[in-house]
Amino acid sequence: MSNSLPAISPEQAAYLRKLRRHKREIFLGQVLLLVALLGLWELAASAGWINPFITSQPSGVLKTIVNLYNSGDLFRHIGVTVWETVVGFTLGTILGTIIAIILWWSEPLAKVLEPYLVVLNSLPKVALGPIIIVWMGSGVPAIIVMALLVSVIVTILGVYAGFSQVDPDRIKLLKTFGASKGQILQKAVLPGSVPTIISALKINVGLSWVGVIVGEFLVSKAGLGYLAVYGGQVFRLNLVMTSVIILGAAAAIMYLAVVLLEKLFIRWQQ
Amino acid sequence: MEQPLVQVKDIVVKYHSPDGETTALENISLDVYQGQFISIVGPSGCGKSTLLNVIAGLLKPTQGEVVINGRPVEGVSTSVGYMPQTDQLFEWRSIWRNVILGLEVQNKLTAENRRLVRQLLERYGLWEFRNAFPSQLSGGMRQRAALIRTLAIDPEILLLDEAFSALDYQTRLVVSDEVKKIISQEGKTAILVTHDISEAISMADDVVVLTKRPGTIKSIHKIVLTCQERTPIKCREAPEFRDYFNLIWKELDIHVQ
Repeated sequence: MSNSLPAISPEQAAYLRKLRRHKREIFLGQVLLLVALLGLWELAASAGWINPFITSQPSGVLKTIVNLYNSGDLFRHIGVTVWETVVGFTLGTILGTIIAIILWWSEPLAKVLEPYLVVLNSLPKVALGPIIIVWMGSGVPAIIVMALLVSVIVTILGVYAGFSQVDPDRIKLLKTFGASKGQILQKAVLPGSVPTIISALKINVGLSWVGVIVGEFLVSKAGLGYLAVYGGQVFRLNLVMTSVIILGAAAAIMYLAVVLLEKLFIRWQQ
Repeated sequence: MEQPLVQVKDIVVKYHSPDGETTALENISLDVYQGQFISIVGPSGCGKSTLLNVIAGLLKPTQGEVVINGRPVEGVSTSVGYMPQTDQLFEWRSIWRNVILGLEVQNKLTAENRRLVRQLLERYGLWEFRNAFPSQLSGGMRQRAALIRTLAIDPEILLLDEAFSALDYQTRLVVSDEVKKIISQEGKTAILVTHDISEAISMADDVVVLTKRPGTIKSIHKIVLTCQERTPIKCREAPEFRDYFNLIWKELDIHVQ
C-alpha cells in the first residue's frame, strides 16, 4: 500500500530503514542464540565436558531423526500425537462452547453448576488418568478424552464469561426488534464472542498438548509422548530429546495456525 | 381533538431488591401526538430510562398502562424503535448488514423493504459505505447508520435513550442536528431522554421535567424559539433559549454535594 504513495521524506525513509534494520538485528539475535546453544551443547558433549549418554547431543538427535525417518516411524509418531491433539482440542472447544451456550440459556442451571465447575477447574485433570484408562481402555480414545478433559472446563468458563460480557444495550436493542432468545444468541452473543472463543482456542492448544502427552505417558504404543517415555526407560536420551524437540516444533506450528485462524475470522477488528 | 399517538396513563414502577422496594416512577401521565418531538430531562436516577423501557414494552409497569395508536402495550411492540446510548453497531457486520438487522430479526427482508433501506442509505449519504465495517466510519456516520437501522423497521415512534451521550461535544451537536432533521423529514414521532438541558431544549417541541426519585412529572414546557431555521444548533442562538435553560435548571434543583 505504501509503495504506491508518492515520495516519502528523507527523514521518513531513514526512520523506515532504521526500523527494518532493528527488526533484522532482533531476528539475527534469535538465530544466533539458537546456534550458540546447539554449538555449545555439541562441543561440550564431544569434548567430554558432559556425558552425552545422560545429556544427549545435537548430532545424536539429528541421527535419531534420520533413523526414525528411514524406518518410517518418524511421521507415524508425529501423526498419532498431532491427530490426538487436534481431535482433543477441537472436541474440547466445541463441547465447551456448547455447554457455555446451555449455561447462558438457563441462568438457574448456570448457578446450580457453578460450584461444580469451580471444583472441576481447580482439580488437576491428570489425576483422572487412571479412571479414564479403566473406562476407555488403553488406546487413542483414552488419550483424546484426557486432552478433552484438560481443555473443556477452561473453555466453558472462558466462553461463558465472554457471553456474559455482551453489552446489555445490544441485547435490549435486539429485544426491541422483537428478537427471540435464539436470535439474540445467533445475531449478537455468538458472533460477538468469537474473539473470546479464539483466545480460548489459543489456551486450549497448549492444554491439549499437556493432556495428550500425559495420556501417552500413561498408555500408548505410539506417539511423541510414548517415544519420550520409552527413550527414558531404555536410557536412550537421544530419543527423549528428539521427541521433546519435535513436540516443541509441532506445538509452535499449531499455535501459529490458531493465530492465523484468528486473523481470518476477525478481519473487522482492526 | 386528535387522538394522541402515545398515551402514558398513570404509570407506577417499583423495583424490588433484597434491601427493599424502590419506587422509580410515580403517577406518570403523558400524551404524545403524531410528529411531536418530546424531550424528557431529570436528575440522574429519576427513572427517565425506566419510562422509556415501559413505553418500549421491555418493562411491565407495576400500575398503569401505555397505549400506542389505541392499542395497549403488552410486551415488545414493533411500532417502537429504540436508540441506545451508544450506536451499538455490530462490528463484525458491514453497514448494510447492520441496518437490515431489525428486518432480519423480524423476517421482513422483502425486496420492497430492501429498496426502502437502500433509499434511506442513499438519502443520508451512507450508500457508498454499505460494505464498510463500523470501525471505518466516523462517530457521526455511525450514529446515522444506527438511526437508519431503527427507521428500517418503520416504527411509529422513536425512543432515544441518551442517544448521543457517548459522543464528544462537537460530534454531538452535529449528530443531534442530523438526527433531528432525519426524524422530521421522515415524519416520525420521537421521545428523547437526556440529562443535557441544552440538548433537550434545542431538539424538542416539548420538554418534560421529571423530579428526583420517585420520578413524577414536575412540569412540561412548550418550547417556542424564534430562529429562522428550526435546527438544534441554530436554536441554541435564539433569545429565548437562555430563559428556558435557566427555568429548567432551577426546576431540576440539582445540588452538588
